[in-house]
Order: sequence, then C-alpha cells, then structure tokens
Amino acid sequence: MSAVIDHGHDAGHHDDHAHGHPYGWRRWLFATNHKDIGTMYLLFSFTMLMVGGLLAMGIRLELFKPGLQFFNPELFNQLTTMHGLIMVFGAIMPGFVGFANWLVPLQVGATDMAFARMNNLSFWLLIPAAGMLVVSFFVPGGAPSAGWTIYAPLTLQMGPSMDIAIFSLHIMGASSIMGSINIIVTILNMRAPGMTLMKMPLFCWTWLITAYLLIAVMPVLAGAITMTLTDRHFGTSFFTPSGGGDPIMYQHIFWFFGHPEVYIMILPAFGIVSAIIPTFSRKRLFGYTSMVYATASIAILSFIVWAHHMYTTGMPVTGQLFFMYATMLIAVPTGVKIFNWIATMWRGSMTFETPMLWAVGFLFVFTMGGFTGLILAMAPIDQQLQDTYYVVAHFHYVLVAGSLFGMFGGIYYWGPKWTGVMYNETRGKIHFWLSLIFFNLTFFPMHFLGLAGMPRRYADYPMQFADFNAIASIGAFGFGLAQVYFFFAVALPMMRGQGEKAPQRPWEAAEGLEWEVPSPAPWHTFETPPKLDASATKVIG
Amino acid sequence: MNILMTLPQRGHRTVAALAASAWALPALAVNDLPGGPAVNQLDLHPPASKMAADIITLHNGMLIVCLVIFIAVFGVMFYSIFKHRKSKGHPAANFHESVAVEIAWTVVPFMIVIGMGVAATKTVVAQKDTSNADLTIKVTGYQWKWGYDYIKGEGEGIGFLSTLDVTHREMSDSGHPQGDDYLLKVDNPLVLPVNKKVRVITTANDVIHAWMVPAFAVKQDAIPGFVRDIWLRADKTGDFYGQCAELCGKEHAFMPIHVKVVSEGDYSKWVDGKLKEMAAKADDPNKVWVLADLIARGEKVYATNCAVCHKPDGSGAPPTIKALDGSPVVNDADKGKQLQVVLGGTAKGMPSWKQLSDTDLAAVVTFTKNHWSNKTGQLVQPSEVVAARK
Repeated sequence: MSAVIDHGHDAGHHDDHAHGHPYGWRRWLFATNHKDIGTMYLLFSFTMLMVGGLLAMGIRLELFKPGLQFFNPELFNQLTTMHGLIMVFGAIMPGFVGFANWLVPLQVGATDMAFARMNNLSFWLLIPAAGMLVVSFFVPGGAPSAGWTIYAPLTLQMGPSMDIAIFSLHIMGASSIMGSINIIVTILNMRAPGMTLMKMPLFCWTWLITAYLLIAVMPVLAGAITMTLTDRHFGTSFFTPSGGGDPIMYQHIFWFFGHPEVYIMILPAFGIVSAIIPTFSRKRLFGYTSMVYATASIAILSFIVWAHHMYTTGMPVTGQLFFMYATMLIAVPTGVKIFNWIATMWRGSMTFETPMLWAVGFLFVFTMGGFTGLILAMAPIDQQLQDTYYVVAHFHYVLVAGSLFGMFGGIYYWGPKWTGVMYNETRGKIHFWLSLIFFNLTFFPMHFLGLAGMPRRYADYPMQFADFNAIASIGAFGFGLAQVYFFFAVALPMMRGQGEKAPQRPWEAAEGLEWEVPSPAPWHTFETPPKLDASATKVIG
Repeated sequence: MNILMTLPQRGHRTVAALAASAWALPALAVNDLPGGPAVNQLDLHPPASKMAADIITLHNGMLIVCLVIFIAVFGVMFYSIFKHRKSKGHPAANFHESVAVEIAWTVVPFMIVIGMGVAATKTVVAQKDTSNADLTIKVTGYQWKWGYDYIKGEGEGIGFLSTLDVTHREMSDSGHPQGDDYLLKVDNPLVLPVNKKVRVITTANDVIHAWMVPAFAVKQDAIPGFVRDIWLRADKTGDFYGQCAELCGKEHAFMPIHVKVVSEGDYSKWVDGKLKEMAAKADDPNKVWVLADLIARGEKVYATNCAVCHKPDGSGAPPTIKALDGSPVVNDADKGKQLQVVLGGTAKGMPSWKQLSDTDLAAVVTFTKNHWSNKTGQLVQPSEVVAARK
C-alpha cells in the first residue's frame, strides 16, 4: 500500500531512532503510527460503506415494486438489520476515528497518539468484528433480522447469528472505548506549548467531546446486549415478561446508548465542516467560543432525551412532556452552530472547490434533517410518524447528508495533505453533484411515504406507495454508483499518487498545524514539540 | 385554523396529479383507498377524529414555522454564496465574534421552541386521557395477526382474530399484486360505533407489535406482558386501515388493521348478530368427531394459522421451522407430544396456539397426523385437548 507516500529518510527530518522503519505487511499489522492507523481506519470504513451499500441496494431492489420479487421477508429483514449495523458501527464510526487518528496529533502539535500500541489494537479488533458481522449471513438461520436496534423479545427468536452479532458489538465497543481514551489523553496531555484548549481547532474539540460520549455510553450498550445474551441462553428474564422481565427496559437501556450514539456520529462532522468553511471563506470561524459551548451543550443534552424514540410505548404523560421539551431544546445549540457557520461565510471571500461544496451541501441538507427531527420531537406528531418512512428519511438526512457528506468534505480537504497529490477537481465536483442529487431523489420521497403511513422494515407494501418507492430505488442506485465512481475516479488515483503534486498549503487560507508540515505529511511529524505563534496556528523558529 | 387544515389537502391533490403525470412510470392500476392510503399521498391522512385533525393542525403549523426559518436562513446563505465570492472580487471581512449576536440567535430560537412546546402540550395531555370511555376494546398482537376482544360496553364478550386475507399473502409471494386494498384486507374487521369514545388497550402474545390507524392518529405499541391504553373517537363512519408498526418478525408487513366504523344502530345490530354467531359456533368440547370431518375442519385451521410458516405442503423452512410432513413429533404414537408443542410453543420460536379453541386444535393436529405422507390414523378429540391444557 502506498497510501501514505513514504519519504521517511529524505524529507528533511532525521532517522527514526526508536525503531527501524518497517515495510511490507509488518508495517501495517504492527502499526503504531497514527497516520498509518488513520489510513487503515479510513480504508476499512470505506469498505464497510460499500458492503452496507450493497445491502441497501438489495433493500431498494426489493422495494422497487410492490410484491415480493427477490427476497423472502425474513431475508429482507436481515438486509435491513445488517445494513444498519454495518453502516453505523462499520462505516461511520470507524471513518471518524480515522480522521481523528490522522488529524488530532497533527493539529495539536503532538508526534503521535498517547497510546500508540493501544491504537493498533483498537484498529485491528475491528477486522474480526466486521468479519463476524458479514459471516452472520451464512450461519443457520441467517443474519439477525430484528432491526439494528435489536429489540427484545424479538431477539430471543433469532438464531446463532444474534450471538455472533452481540460478540461483534462487544468487540467494536471495546475498540471505541480504547480509541476514545487515546484521543482524550492525547488532547489533554500532548498539546504543544501555547496551544491552550481554547486555541485548538474545533475538530479537536468535537472529537474530545465525542470521546467522552463514547466512554459514557458504549458500556451501556454492552449491558443491554449482554442481558439479551443471558436471556437467550442462560435462563435470565431481564426482558421476558413470562419470567417477570420488561421489554421496555431494553428500550430504555438501548436508547440511553442510542441517542448519544447519534451525536457521536455527527459531532466530528461538525468539526470537519468547521475547518472547511473558514478556509474557503478566507475568514476565521465565527464565534469559536460559542461553538465550543454549543457542542458541549448538545452533548450534555443528548443524555436526557432518549425516550423520544419511545413515545408510542405508552409512557405516562409527564414522561412524554419532559422528553418532548428536552428534545426540542437540542434544536437551540444546533441552530447556533448553523448560524455561526453561515456567519463565517457572510462577507467572506468564497471559492467553491470540492471540499467547500460538500460543506455547504452539508449545511443545506443537514438542516433539512434537523427540521424533520424537530417535527418528530413533537410527541403528538410522532404518534403518526413513529416507525414510518418519515423517520427513515429523517435519520438518513442527518447521517448521510450530515455525517457522510462531512467525511467526503474532509477527504477532499485533507486528502492532499495525506497523499501528497491533488484530486481531480472536475471529478470531485461530479462526485458531489451526483451524490447530492441522487441522495435527495432517494430520501425526499420517503417523507411523503411516512406521512402517508408506510411503516418501516416492510418487505412489501400497499400499491398506493409504489411510485415514491420506485423513485427512491432509482435514486439509491444512482447514489451507490456515484460512490463507486468516487472510488475509481478520485480515491484510487490519489492513493496511487496519480495527480498534480500537492503543495504544503493547497488551500491559501487554511490555518492549523497540519498545514505547517509538507504534503504528504512525513511519517513522523513534530517529533519535538513545535514553537507556536500567539494564535497557535503557525510554527515559528 | 381552517386554512391551516385545508391548505395541504388542496395543495396535495394538485401536486399529486402533476407528479403522477410528470413521472411516466409504468402505471400500476390502483386507486386511492378511502380510509387508507391515497395514491402518491403527500400529507397525513384526512382526519376521521378530532385528535387526528388537531395533529394535522399542529403539523401544518410546524411546517410553516420551519419553512419560514428555512427561507430566512438559506436566503441569507445563498445571498452570501452569490455576493461574497472571491471571483466577484469581494474582499474577506475581519469579524469573527459578537456576543450580542450569539445571545440573539440563542434566545430567539429558544422562544420559538417554547412556543412549539406549548402548542403541543395540550394535545399530549388530551391523547393520554382515556377516562370515561363508552367502549373498551383489548387489542392483542400475535405473530402475525390481531386479536380483538370487546371487554366493556356494548358488545362485551365478543372476541375474534383478524388476519390478512390469505389470497393477498399469496399475491405477495407471486410478485404481482393488485387491488386498492392490497395488504390491507382482513377476514374480520374491528367494528366500532361512530362518535363514541373507545378505549383501546394494547398487549401482545409474543413480541412487541404496534397497533396503528393513521386516520384516527392512533399508534400504540402492543407489548407482551404489559397493557397500555390509548383512546379514539371516530367522527365519521367508513372503513379505516392501518398496519403493524413495530418489527415483529418475518410477517411484520402482513398483519394489517381494518376498523369499520358504523352508525350506532348498525353497531347494535352487528353486536347482536355476532353474539348469536359465537354462541352457535361454540363447539362442544365433548362432541365425539369422525376422522374425515375432523380432518376437513383441520385443513381449514391449518391454512389460516399454520401454512404461513409450515407451508401448505408441510415442508416448513428447516432448520428453524420444522417440516411437519414426515415429522417424528407428528408421527409419534403419543399424541401428547404434538399437543404440548402446539399448546405451549417452543423456546426456539414456535408460538403457543392455546388461544385457538379445543375443537380447532384437535382438528389441526388430527389433520397433520393424517395428511401429506403422514398416515398415523390417529384421531385427537377436543376432549383430549381439554385434558392436555391442564
């Protein structure tokens, strides 16, 4: 692999004193370098995106017309479940960890992550975990088919793949917790002198906060799935009513994890967008302090809103009111962030290279997802929309148009720093516009389907829903093809070093310590802590 | 408030017509289903209860507020995108913070959100008030059908199961469905009187289901081991449809809800008729059946209840769903073995069927023991089922 072009011995920095420079498979299997590990996370994440995408194609293929043409309903439910699990735990979360690995040490002026070997374990644990998820299709009974939320007591009816999935989730949870510890310690302890917390890039802030969220809630998921495991095999009745258990308790525990989880999946994207917009507006991020507080508020609030996923379970009136008010409150700091980004653009001097297209696209489409979230937050309206395609539309708007678009923006933005070559600007623009158009074609009609009452996780549907389903399926295929195009036309050439040589600072107004090192970034950077200027954005002396 | 309610309805018909003609997709011949989904429906169902109407008003209000904010925010953003460009020679300004502005755009959204919360509160409280109901119905979710029991009020004592029409399930498998009520037609709809407050208690027999009828804005999870209540008051007569709204296994998409709302007079007539019918059908568990009759009865029970998993040819879907044709349990000399499985279910996923009548259970067990390649010659009398329940 030549993803990080290796100029180890001749890029003007000195010999690797601590260890010889590894090559070949040992370099990757025993990697302790944050850049190599970051690269591996990103490649893993993209692979899982393709696998999850294939499953989505299966779903949309079946739903293209009413009637069952390709899959029986049991297999269809396996597709929807595994699409969710693979995308959440295999594509989005590891993708952002890849960004953290590459950027956090560079941005704070540290030579590597605090615990380089644990970093290696965090990554390599994901491989058997992902393998288990994929293999679960091939065990007797097929993959789990209880939805990515794996509610009890339906999970008690699943075959051995449920246990495999539980094991896999435990492993991925451990990987996330270890990664988060690494990120927190690196940010708190290894910043270069002069880089106070309130001077570090917002991307580091969003990851600092995300890491705390991860440590707080992954163990809660572990609890829920372990109780499911013991209910299935060891005679407990945590969730089985016949033994005195409570299926709703599962939902409470799961969503106590689940809600902060969705913020875990979006906060790093906020950080990426907060890096891109100032650069291409040629203007500093507006309201840095406010942005930090808003991110922290969102994180804290995310712990007290979980039951908005459970409005129709029959909770008492006080519960519904509390969770409704708390959920609607999150709109306030989120709105503050959107306004701050637009204020950054306002009276700037903007250009619209591909990273900026993704960031602006993010602003537009993520906000639409935010509006549908606000509508869903209203408990009476949620009564009509819970478990319908309206919810599917909402979360794909914030996860795809939010998290994924943010990541694509980051790839185009930092790609030149990582690989040393510029991507092809025309192809980048094609990737963006195809993705934006097909994304909307896929998910906008789902709002209508949900309002009309089409439920989720349905392999077949009444005929009146046919046209919008057909449009969504066409959009989905287009969106998938756009990502294949991205891989062959943009990502692969960059990884192979094919393209115009990237300067140290390809974006004239980019600020931050990552732009103070050559492109591609040398294998070791900041081996001694850099001396920083007053703004902590430039290396002096 | 009327404007808020009717705008989308008037608007959607035009847009739907435009959309339908603009998209030259292969036309699947289907019409709107009154009380159910409309073709290319863009908005919530036309309301059949005041609660549904209130929710439409709330939703329209939210849409308007969101639209206004959307236009304001993205108006500013797109203006900036066009005017504040380097290519237009616009120089970058220097400002990057303002406490006053931050306070303003925190406080104003906060007030808007409070306004929304206040608007919704009344509806939330009203939705939860199930007191003073005229009629109480218990809805039980099964894998994969609904059971309705009239437990208080006129019609008390009536109980029946409501299953998706068998031909619809076959149409689904064939891949070529048709019909305006495709996947929404059931054998026994829930019948309710108009303009009466109906308290609906939901529960389930196995896993979590959810009972949903959009025209009334009713959705409540049906949770095994628990009872939850919700209420509705239909203010129109007619047929109204819904579907199960919580993933409950492989036939999740195939357990629809059909509520038939009739006038008070018609309701009383229906109650009388139904009670008489139930009395007549009530099988005497002490009746001694002849093999041929019991097999014939059992074939019907099998088709309605068992075939969806065990297949009409008895081949099942091994290893999870056992084949009945040639099954050692079915062919066992001890009838109790199969009776225990059918009455109690198994840990591996076979649900319990104890809610079927003694005669139905006797018939279906006898049928499986004497059909396909099974030729045990065994006869299970309803009285044996009564004994096995103990």
